Amino acid sequence: MQIYGETFDSRLMLGTARYPSPDILRQAIAASGAKIVTVSLRREAAGERAGQAFWDIIREAGVSVLPNTAGCHSVREAVTTAEMAREVFGTTLIKLEVIGDADTLQPDLFGLVEATQILSSEGFQVLAYTTEDLVAADRLVEAGCRVLMPWGSPIGSARGLNNVYGLRAMRARFPDLTLIVDAGIGVPSHASQAMELGYDGVLLSSAVALAGDPVKMAEAFRLAVAAGRLGYEADPLLPRDMAEPSTPVLGQALLGGAVLS
Amino acid sequence: MKITLNGDPAEVDAVTLAAALAELGYGEGPFATALNRDFVPACERAETPLSDNDAIEVIAPMQGG
Repeated sequence: MQIYGETFDSRLMLGTARYPSPDILRQAIAASGAKIVTVSLRREAAGERAGQAFWDIIREAGVSVLPNTAGCHSVREAVTTAEMAREVFGTTLIKLEVIGDADTLQPDLFGLVEATQILSSEGFQVLAYTTEDLVAADRLVEAGCRVLMPWGSPIGSARGLNNVYGLRAMRARFPDLTLIVDAGIGVPSHASQAMELGYDGVLLSSAVALAGDPVKMAEAFRLAVAAGRLGYEADPLLPRDMAEPSTPVLGQALLGGAVLS
Repeated sequence: MKITLNGDPAEVDAVTLAAALAELGYGEGPFATALNRDFVPACERAETPLSDNDAIEVIAPMQGG
């Protein structure tokens, strides 16, 4: 998977939040095979050092980090958060979220385009958390974005791919752009489906972190993503309305039905 | 002077952002700062003056989705 010219040998990106323990997070990252994990920033009290402890775990895991602007509801907030993240994490990559709706956590596409313009001009490499809207996607690309991350369904909803048609249309519109389904993935088959549509990767978090056995689920997603990608590359059959015999009928013995005279 | 630190009222003698962070007990750890909602790079903290009622934000890495 290509992210701004860098190749990663896993198509699964994993969130790091809401795991039962730091040790399970560590094991889940390893089991998932993910080479990029998402991280965030929050207020820290003096002497707290929680940030340092978490940062140590991630560095020991030997994976790249993708900071997000989760929870930002305005362009200014998202831009400032991105600037702070670049300094703390030492990367120009930013998963840009500008949230526009409190119930669905749907991205504010107008704010997203504006923030992308600002951050691209400041040298950031933006991965935009967006919807499957093609017009917004065009604007994001014009603003310098080279990785689009359309939602599967609302963040944390585990509903899978709500708009397969829209995702397929986006893949067709941008054949050369890195497209990653982000948000709403609940079970491994959702991830396989995204990969079978030709998406370059998937990003998921709660589906693994909140599973009864996060480490086992991380492995299940690793396999599902790999299987879905292989299926896509193998050029799958298209659905059809009527049956087509899978066993050849030529030379079949006449053993039933009407006897022809 | 009276400032706001991560949304809570605080009082410092320091007159620069860097000195205020030291006075408040922030050490070496990985964190980034904003003053009145604008990012202040680490290299500019020592030259960033503080005024009464300034709002300082100090944020550090945490888990994300």
